[in-house]
Amino acid sequence: MSIIISNISKSYKKVNALKNISFDVKSGELFGLIGPDGAGKTTLFRILTTLLIANEGSAKVADFDVVSEYKSIRKSVGYMPGKFSLYQDLTVEENLEFFATIFGTTIDENYDLIKDIYVQIEPFKNRRAGKLSGGMKQKLALCCALIHKPKVLFLDEPTTGVDPVSRKEFWEMLKRLQQKGITILVSTPYMDEAALCDRIALIQDGEILEIDTPQAIVKHYPKQIYNVKANKMYQLINALNDYKYNHSVYPFGEFVHYTDSRMDFNSKDLEVYLESKNLSSIEIEETKPTIEDTFMELAK
Amino acid sequence: MKRFIGFIKKEFYHIFRDRRSLFILFGMPIAQIMLFGFAITNEINNIDIAVLDHSKDATTEEIIHKISASKYFSINQFINKESDIESVFKKGKVKAVLNFEKDFSKNLIKNHKANLQIITDATDPNTANTISNYVNAILIQYQKELNKNISIPYQIVPQTRMVYNPELKSVYMFVPGVMTIILMLVSAMMTSISITKEKELGTMEILLVSPIKPIQVIVGKVFPYIFLSVINAVVIVLLSIFIFKMPVQGSLFLLGLESILFIISALALGILISTISATQQTAMMISLMGLMLPVILLSGFIFPISSMPLPLQVISNIIPAKWFIIIIKGIMLKGVGLQYIWKETFILLGMTIFFIALSVKKYKIRLE
Amino acid sequence: MNNNNVIEVQNLTKMFGDFTAVNAISFEVEKGEIFGFLGANGAGKTTAMKMLIGISNPTSGKANVAGLDVYKQAEDIKKNIGYMSQKFALYDDLTVKENITFFGGIYGLSRKRIKEKSATLIEELGLESVAKKLVGSLPLGWKQKLSFSVSLLHDPKIVFLDEPTGGVDPITRRQFWELIYKAAHQGTTVFVTTHYMDEAEYCDRVSIMVNGKIEALDTPKKLKQQFNVTNMNDVFLKLARG
Repeated sequence: MSIIISNISKSYKKVNALKNISFDVKSGELFGLIGPDGAGKTTLFRILTTLLIANEGSAKVADFDVVSEYKSIRKSVGYMPGKFSLYQDLTVEENLEFFATIFGTTIDENYDLIKDIYVQIEPFKNRRAGKLSGGMKQKLALCCALIHKPKVLFLDEPTTGVDPVSRKEFWEMLKRLQQKGITILVSTPYMDEAALCDRIALIQDGEILEIDTPQAIVKHYPKQIYNVKANKMYQLINALNDYKYNHSVYPFGEFVHYTDSRMDFNSKDLEVYLESKNLSSIEIEETKPTIEDTFMELAK
Repeated sequence: MKRFIGFIKKEFYHIFRDRRSLFILFGMPIAQIMLFGFAITNEINNIDIAVLDHSKDATTEEIIHKISASKYFSINQFINKESDIESVFKKGKVKAVLNFEKDFSKNLIKNHKANLQIITDATDPNTANTISNYVNAILIQYQKELNKNISIPYQIVPQTRMVYNPELKSVYMFVPGVMTIILMLVSAMMTSISITKEKELGTMEILLVSPIKPIQVIVGKVFPYIFLSVINAVVIVLLSIFIFKMPVQGSLFLLGLESILFIISALALGILISTISATQQTAMMISLMGLMLPVILLSGFIFPISSMPLPLQVISNIIPAKWFIIIIKGIMLKGVGLQYIWKETFILLGMTIFFIALSVKKYKIRLE
Repeated sequence: MNNNNVIEVQNLTKMFGDFTAVNAISFEVEKGEIFGFLGANGAGKTTAMKMLIGISNPTSGKANVAGLDVYKQAEDIKKNIGYMSQKFALYDDLTVKENITFFGGIYGLSRKRIKEKSATLIEELGLESVAKKLVGSLPLGWKQKLSFSVSLLHDPKIVFLDEPTGGVDPITRRQFWELIYKAAHQGTTVFVTTHYMDEAEYCDRVSIMVNGKIEALDTPKKLKQQFNVTNMNDVFLKLARG
């Protein structure tokens, strides 16, 4: 086990940021912590990176206790905080060099680990970090977190505020790092990124809703979901919300994801009902649940 | 050690790339010294003076003529009795009064010696000083002419009396104060800002989650500013010596050591401030309000401590700047050595050690 | 001008020195439409939007917003639009009610009208219990819903939303979109700029900007068909990667 979290609780003044959280991350795993802002993701990261002490419970990272052996942890983990924490007035190269020296290493020593990523930002190595685009900053921050060849990598919302192209590239990089044997714990508010992890924990309001592989999590979804569409979105949502047999009604892009409370649901009944509400061009078809559907069902 | 050097290198990058701060850092001491200096040493020209001539003889007439003929003075009025002196000053019409003694000419011939009193309004201390210097110069000139062919020289003895500000605070007095303020400001404010900046950026989190030791971070932050502050101190001393011709009486070496001691105490205060503030803005506010004001008001720089109400006098003792000002005034103006200021040095040293210990203890190895 | 169009843009261009931030874009937005304005950071979205809301002058081209010319009637445009961004929304140190009153005042609503509006708004959002609490103490999702409603206080013709739902939990996000649908249903045009592609799926039509140009403009469904992919994220990836 690379990370072992047992019964961790943490509160700030009145807010319970984390409520009795336990889970393990295996060595070499790409583990996702999925939840909205304020769910407690950052607090958990800070406890694991020895920046905060939990009120209750214990945790181990790379076999070291987060409280008593914090110095050993600080030598063996890489951490990328929420905002890309770089020195804006230092160039790309200077940032990397600085982080290498404070971890007692050099760029050359571990260059093979960051090479794939660094070559993408190398053309800009003399540019100040503050002048880089979001995607570039993200890559540089990752290089800085990797420069000392950490055993465990903590990435707190690395894809927030980054455009889809950079996000995709970033996840591809994580996959490659994983193959080099680095355990990765990554948090994200984007449900669609969950599918890219080996296992995920869904977290909301300081509580873990579920932990499993992304595939298993969607399989656990208890109901059949229907994509419903009509000519008028707002009226459709209202009509579905008023329908007495509904179990859940969530707008989902151009559709509404609808589940019914009856065992013997017949889409024809719903169509008739919707027509009676003056809706037309009605489409009702079965669809597969997503992580987001599961999340909402669990958080309900 | 490599870590530490790497850290210091980074700090210098920060400092030299922030052009605006750098400009303030080095521009401020120069501007301050110039402001204080020149606001006080203004060239005199056509200064109005009054004359109280008790003897009214040929010699006094000649001297009065010489003085009024110079471009520096114009005789505004003649007064007749001592009691008028105060009233002309109060009216603010004249800056100085020349008071010739009775039988000036007779005394000069008989005793080869006559007395002349120069009374100046020292509310504007530098002007007062300049006036008496200029009057003296004119008198000496006149004496030389008189004594050309005489074996026993005639002597006109001018006595200068300053009214309203007998201490005569001048640019010399301001240099130690300005130096103290600048060293305090640069050292404390700049370090506290540079540490809180890392907190704001989130880079502090990464530094904490790294093997670098707290002491390395602290010393690494402080070191560049010791360097910069020493440069500032040197600039200030050079400016006062070469521009304002201020004589530094005591040992420059001792002055340097004492300055470094004070710089370190200010830096430790800066670190302390950074441990209690989360943002650069707070750090700056605390530095300005919490350090600058007491330094200006309670250190004896502007207001003499002896004339403060007792509670403030007591409070002034905990301000490092007070001790530093006593020390450097001693070295610069009186030329004293360590044997006269060891007590103040000791107090300052104690305070420095206390601040360092406190800031190392307060420096958090975690986020809360 | 087509009577049903509330935004008409023709060859709108903005140059900063030699750099063309917005390169001759043209599009129309209909009344009551939810229009997604997508693009990566630095693609020119923000610059384009600033021109539309009258705080930046175009270099060339034409633009009409709410029937008003962006060159000559920029001040009038501001009265006819609402604006909400995730970065600046409400004052954390004012209560819910104080915020509503303040923003109502800014938009020149009468005191009576502010009172009515704030009562209905608080009721609709179910904020009765927290009306006198500081906005800073509310959960993010509530703040965003409140902030959206505040941007509608003066019944603007168009409301501009700048990345409105980033980081919000999925349920609150749905509630937020229901509010948007409602506003659109009542005739307010909604203009959403975002680089979160899943937000794009909710829009009636979307435009995708790449390097200052609009490279695609259609309903999400048609764009997905056109690029033969299943979601907007892939549409975007295909466009941006050329």
